[in-house]
Amino acid sequence: MYTNHKLIAFETIVIKEVRRFMRIWSQTMLPPVITISLYFVIFGNLVGSRIGEMGGYRYMEFIVPGLIMMAVIQNSYSNVVSSFFSQKFQRSVEELLVAPIPNYVILSGFVVGGMARGLCVGFIVTLVSLFFADLPLYSLSITVGVVLFTSLVFSLGGFINAVFANNFDDVSIIPTFVLTPLIYLGGVFYSIELLPPFWQLVSRLNPIFYMVNTFRYGILGTSDIDVAWAFAMLVLFAALLFGACIWLLRRGTGIRS
Amino acid sequence: MTIAISVSKLEKVYASGVAALKGVSLEIEQGDFFALLGPNGAGKSTFIGILSTLVRRTGGDVRIFGRDVDTHLYQTKLDLGVVPQEINFSQFEKVADIVMTQAGYYGLPRKLAVHRAEKYLKQLGLWEKRDTRSRLLSGGMKRRMMIARALVHEPRLLILDEPTAGVDIELRRSMWDFLLDINSSGTTIVLTTHYLEEAEQLCRNIAIIDEGNIIENTSMKKLLLELDVHAYILDTEHDLDADLEHKEPGLVLRKVDSHSIEAVVSGGRDINSAIAVLDRLGIRILSMRNKANRLEQLFLSRLRESGNGSG
Ligand SMILES: Nc1ncnc2c1ncn2[C@@H]1O[C@H](COP(=O)(O)OP(=O)(O)OP(=O)(O)O)[C@@H](O)[C@H]1O
Ligand SMILES: [Mg+2]
Repeated sequence: MYTNHKLIAFETIVIKEVRRFMRIWSQTMLPPVITISLYFVIFGNLVGSRIGEMGGYRYMEFIVPGLIMMAVIQNSYSNVVSSFFSQKFQRSVEELLVAPIPNYVILSGFVVGGMARGLCVGFIVTLVSLFFADLPLYSLSITVGVVLFTSLVFSLGGFINAVFANNFDDVSIIPTFVLTPLIYLGGVFYSIELLPPFWQLVSRLNPIFYMVNTFRYGILGTSDIDVAWAFAMLVLFAALLFGACIWLLRRGTGIRS
Repeated sequence: MTIAISVSKLEKVYASGVAALKGVSLEIEQGDFFALLGPNGAGKSTFIGILSTLVRRTGGDVRIFGRDVDTHLYQTKLDLGVVPQEINFSQFEKVADIVMTQAGYYGLPRKLAVHRAEKYLKQLGLWEKRDTRSRLLSGGMKRRMMIARALVHEPRLLILDEPTAGVDIELRRSMWDFLLDINSSGTTIVLTTHYLEEAEQLCRNIAIIDEGNIIENTSMKKLLLELDVHAYILDTEHDLDADLEHKEPGLVLRKVDSHSIEAVVSGGRDINSAIAVLDRLGIRILSMRNKANRLEQLFLSRLRESGNGSG
């Protein structure tokens, strides 16, 4: 009975989350697909043809994996941060807090909802990219594995952001001032070999750099980094963030007075 | 007799420093229909917030059906249905979805959830509105939807924070019948209200809370018995003399304006004595009404005694 209850509650949250981003698809799914398609056209096709090769690949092939990752990261994060914050804002989060649902079930529900959107947009963007580039898909398991973990990590990040957010500005600050720069500097558009040694070192402090590179490795089969190490780091991040979220929920930070 | 709610020395100091509850001890029996009264800011919603875990208490113990809320969180939450004072559902979702989602949160299998949602939406007169986005409901409908939502898992204890605020008179009465019905089928009900008539009509026991302290906790019957002061307003046919005033043991008459008199009757005397006096003075009465709900008077006098009443 109890186990089943938790499962039903979990499903309920996930379905509610998925229904939400599907209902407002013109705000949640369409913009990232259009933006990233424009990147394909402008950087990949127009500018890319002048650039030639990057990291041993056609520029288009080089940036496609990075752009797919960008879509996954941004959409996983923003789904959870906006959904959980808007539930806080409308106070409908109280429905969850009053109900007999363990915190980890609440968290998992939101996180899986965020991953669903991240992966959905990622998948559509991948389909679009097939018009522009041939993706060899070197290793399915590495590709899928890194996408899943990245999406998980950023969904959890979005949750923490939402817990601390007090207004709608707080929802966009981190994506704009932290996430976007880290993605752009994370080797989406260039190989870090182009950088002076010092900036190469700095780039290696950026977690997104490892995610993008591992994903690119999964598709193209080459990478600047050690893939096992990247996975270990992702698992560690996910575990730490999950722990932090549970701790915040237990304390009731931002949701119980 | 099982105790549905038992709190002892309940305290809440908010982060802002406001002490909303200052050692509240209270027992509410299973099957009771209980009213929690008190002026704005007395601590009623804080009390309910603590029961529903949305507010973290800073002192004291809470037991629901004999179980400590800290050690039996799952079961105590399952026993509880709460209708909050403020609207707290998603404005963008449809009525039926909100109720169904709540059912899911409480672990109801889908078939049962569909059945319960239909049952309670019908009982609360919202079935026709099931596909309406909740933001488009009227204020009274929103309140009723929150009642349906709170009932969908059929809790043993239903707590309503001002359920009839903003509900029209006719609907309020049908809501009362509905609540009485649920109560008579075994659900313990606790409500807060500012309509004292509501408490008088519905509740067997009451507590009055003021500035975070319980200042009265008794049965409605006893409370009303304590009251033997009645005030009436009598409307007269003709203009009154400027200096009309009459005082005798148990009866005070006082002119209110040119066409009305206030009569305060106490000490076992009744309104007939007032009418007799006026008759002797040759004053004809056209109509008469209660000056205020008796409970309201008592309420105000208790608050005054506790040092908060504005009068
Ligand atoms: N989240 C909060 N943070 C700080 N103070 C609060 C909070 N909620 C309530 N208070 C304060 O606690 C006191 C009690 O408030 P509460 O809402 O419990 O009163 P109430 O009896 O429900 O009043 P009303 O009849 O107006 O609904 C008030 O002084 C209020 O300002
Ligand atoms: Mg209140």
